[in-house]
Amino acid sequence: MSSPFSINGGACVAMVGKDCVAIACDLRLGLQALTVSNNFPKVFQYGDNVFLGLTGLATDVSTVSDLFRYKVNMYRLREERHIAPRTFANLVSSSLYERRFGPYFVSPVVAGLDPTTGAPFICGFDSIGCIDFAKDFIVSGTATEQLFGMCESLWEPDLGPDALFETISQSLLNAVDRDALSGWGAHVYIIEKDKVTKRLLKGRQD
Amino acid sequence: MPGFDFSNYNRNAALHARGVPLPKATSTGTTIVGCIYEGGVVIAADTRATSGPIVADKNCEKLHYIASNIWCAGAGTAADTEFTTALISSQLELHALSTGRKARVVTCMTMLKQHLFRYQGHIGAYLVVAGVDPTGTHLFTVHAHGSTDKLPYVTMGSGSLAAMSVFETQWKASLTRDEAVKLCADAIEAGIWNDLGSGSNVDVAVITADKTTLMRNYIKPNERTQKLRSYAFPKGTTAVLNEKIIRKADLGNFVSVHELTEENDDKMEVDT
Repeated sequence: MSSPFSINGGACVAMVGKDCVAIACDLRLGLQALTVSNNFPKVFQYGDNVFLGLTGLATDVSTVSDLFRYKVNMYRLREERHIAPRTFANLVSSSLYERRFGPYFVSPVVAGLDPTTGAPFICGFDSIGCIDFAKDFIVSGTATEQLFGMCESLWEPDLGPDALFETISQSLLNAVDRDALSGWGAHVYIIEKDKVTKRLLKGRQD
Repeated sequence: MPGFDFSNYNRNAALHARGVPLPKATSTGTTIVGCIYEGGVVIAADTRATSGPIVADKNCEKLHYIASNIWCAGAGTAADTEFTTALISSQLELHALSTGRKARVVTCMTMLKQHLFRYQGHIGAYLVVAGVDPTGTHLFTVHAHGSTDKLPYVTMGSGSLAAMSVFETQWKASLTRDEAVKLCADAIEAGIWNDLGSGSNVDVAVITADKTTLMRNYIKPNERTQKLRSYAFPKGTTAVLNEKIIRKADLGNFVSVHELTEENDDKMEVDT
């Protein structure tokens, strides 16, 4: 049997721009080589500008996304304010490390804007909660290697919202086209100070 | 103590028994070193984090805060070094508060080794503990299984052999602060160039009786040169099937808060 991280397939990427961030995912859900669905988004919203991308074992993607919806709702009731991306990243990290010896098979990515300064924030995690703070981009999923190559060559500092959209979209689409387990369309979120733009991309359906 | 949650353990063990490989954790296939000099102690680390053969993070922080006078360099499973040092840092702060004394380095080292020994090496944290306290300057290594060493110069991680070769050829009994910093930085550089698990930059921390100086990215021998050409795509390159814009201001269409005035005529109907 293959690794739990590559049974269902999927890819996710987040990027920093100038006063904006982007997060994107593919839409495939598969069972090894059989595609079951082409509408399985892997990016979830937990506040005005806090987003979480989850790739890995699909059952854990659903479980973990629901778990954080519950935890973020409880945080909001207790604190009477929205959770900040950095706080959410620490919540994700400690929640995953709690299961150090029986982990969820997920590779999360957090993207958002700091609610007070408006500064872009992205980070990634391994399945046991080690945070990877990055100033440029974070990738996860079965197309990790392809995404690293695409992002490392296409990303540049201080991209505006429109340029960032094209960069993240082209990075994701071209990466998943070289991964048999990812693709079948994509969602891209561009997060700016006063608006969030969600786009559905046209991707290959093979 | 951390309360670990084992509720996924049986599921994952069953999967593993059917031949599923264990998940790949980010590891700090690392070079970390420490060296005592007259008047203090220096620790240093590289900044590469790896996941198998992939460089997961090109500039991570492996020098961890324990207390103002105690710092730790971590190798091994990245999450374990991060959380173990944070846990002991918290316990040591409470311990210092309850005893009314500054925490000692031996106390920190003992807490770390007892914690790691309890988990029989399953918590993969390999640490260099350094600090200055009222009893003097100290430098220890702590292995994941709970064994410790007390030495004037130490190295750990996958680049430990490369780093130790520098210490064994250049170390001398009485070093000045600048000599110790140079020696540690050179040892890390030996790891950066000669060990594939180590790379990028050199972080250095100098701990003395009165203060700690953290020199993040003390040496940057691998800076990326700027790209000669921009690869930005013209607007409209990507085909979009659907677009939805959510503006903060528009959220009022779905949720709104209104102050109710006294002269509202649509009062709630109450049976009289």
